[in-house]
Amino acid sequence: MLAHALVFYLFSFITIASSLAVISARNTIHAVFFLILDFVSVSCLFIMMGAEYLGMLTLIVYVGAVAVLFLFVVMMLNVNFKELKSGFLGYVPFGAFIGIVLLIEIGIMLGTWRYKDKFIKTSEIEIDNDFSNTEAIGNVLYTDYLHYFQISGLILLVAMIGAILLTFRRKDNLKRQDITKQVSRERADGVLLSEIESFKGVKLND
Amino acid sequence: MLNVYLNIIFSDSLKILSLVIPVLIAVAMIVWVDRRVWGLVQLRRGPNVVGPFGLLQTVADALKYIFKEIIIPAGSNKIIFILAPVVTMSLALLSWAVIPFGEDIYLTNINVGVLYLFAVSSLSVYGIIMAGWASNSKYPFLGALRSAAQMVSYEVSIGFVIVTVLLCVGSLNLVDIVIAQKKVWFAVPLFPMFIIFFISALAETNRPPFDLPEAEAELVSGYQTEYSGMMYALFWLGEYANILLMCAMGSVLFLGGWLSPIDLYPFNLIPTPLWLIFKIFILFIAFALIKAIVPRYRYDQLMRLGWKVFLPISLAWVVIVSGFLVYFKKVPIN
Repeated sequence: MLAHALVFYLFSFITIASSLAVISARNTIHAVFFLILDFVSVSCLFIMMGAEYLGMLTLIVYVGAVAVLFLFVVMMLNVNFKELKSGFLGYVPFGAFIGIVLLIEIGIMLGTWRYKDKFIKTSEIEIDNDFSNTEAIGNVLYTDYLHYFQISGLILLVAMIGAILLTFRRKDNLKRQDITKQVSRERADGVLLSEIESFKGVKLND
Repeated sequence: MLNVYLNIIFSDSLKILSLVIPVLIAVAMIVWVDRRVWGLVQLRRGPNVVGPFGLLQTVADALKYIFKEIIIPAGSNKIIFILAPVVTMSLALLSWAVIPFGEDIYLTNINVGVLYLFAVSSLSVYGIIMAGWASNSKYPFLGALRSAAQMVSYEVSIGFVIVTVLLCVGSLNLVDIVIAQKKVWFAVPLFPMFIIFFISALAETNRPPFDLPEAEAELVSGYQTEYSGMMYALFWLGEYANILLMCAMGSVLFLGGWLSPIDLYPFNLIPTPLWLIFKIFILFIAFALIKAIVPRYRYDQLMRLGWKVFLPISLAWVVIVSGFLVYFKKVPIN
């Protein structure tokens, strides 16, 4: 048990340290890499708590896909640090406002922690140890929360279509490759063998 | 107390070494097989000088790389530059932990084995992106961008292929997946999916005809351009370890893993790991032949194949398979 606790706190330490590094790293690429480290250690925490399905899903979705796109975009941006720093003071009031709101929220949350049993029913779903947690999630997600699940899928689809529409530009006289047309081309379509009589030539129809 | 922990750590590292060292030796041998097949297709002899049949060629190459100087470009981001090949190699070895070589011959047997394989293989894109960006040079960067887009696109269809297999098994555990193939290998009922998996695996491991990240005619050597010595060798070995892993994944998901093709007397005697190794080898020969035979794709054709051909087909197959299972009441419920 001791070793388990030690490893758990090691991962939690890495999680917190790397998320601090995300906001304090000077180089934006380094910040994204720290974010990836953060995701990986969060998924390790999930696995250590016995939620291996969630852990793997975090790895696949966040690290394998979302963070790759982040990295993609950040690499393409040419960030000028001096220019960023010059406007620093202008953002201070707004930043301070957000900071104060967050602080108050954390204060409210910690202050009402001891009343949480009265407001939130901790678990209505009974935990059955015969199921693996993949099955348990599936049982809840595709029965009780089916509509929410489908609606969230639909929202993502709409967002995707919107993003495609925003970046779509129709170009006229664009030559596209039609692979079936290319593959179905026969020899007779492209090659003409003809006996050419001297001083008469051939008529080409094009 | 400490004694117990030390004991656990020692026995576990011994287990890990007993898996990693054979994998590394297999990687060295498979590089030789690859070059040999390539040579035979082109009516050459291939490497045949170092050791018997040239078997030690890879060892000789690795020794050469070790004794070469590692050059780190002045403008590169040094930490990430050095980290990139390490990440590639270690991720390639990491996934072998869950491959089952027999009903109870495995390093770990986790509930979500397939997801683990999928997750680790989707992480392997980072080695390439890190290398491309840290090199601070144009060709590596272009190669890395190509590779990232390519790997992300083909992962989608690999994901759907895995979903169809899981629908037929009803478990994410690799041992369960193999046992479910006792009657018939999934390559038979799910044959189109097997083909899609195989081609996507080619794209996922940057093998020809999808080796655009390192297309030497356009990008010198892609993301590996600035690497030299041992760091280049790590990329090279990691790539082959990934290829072997994809072959192992293909044989576990579709070719019945460690199961013998016929469950009869003389075949039963052969130990189960040998069957898996044999299947991995057959799949690898197919990889090597394709490298020798098929010309390289153009980048837009590669993207078209991934998104406009494989994605709709695999999506349709997920629907067809689940419809079939529900209609004939064959949904696996355990």
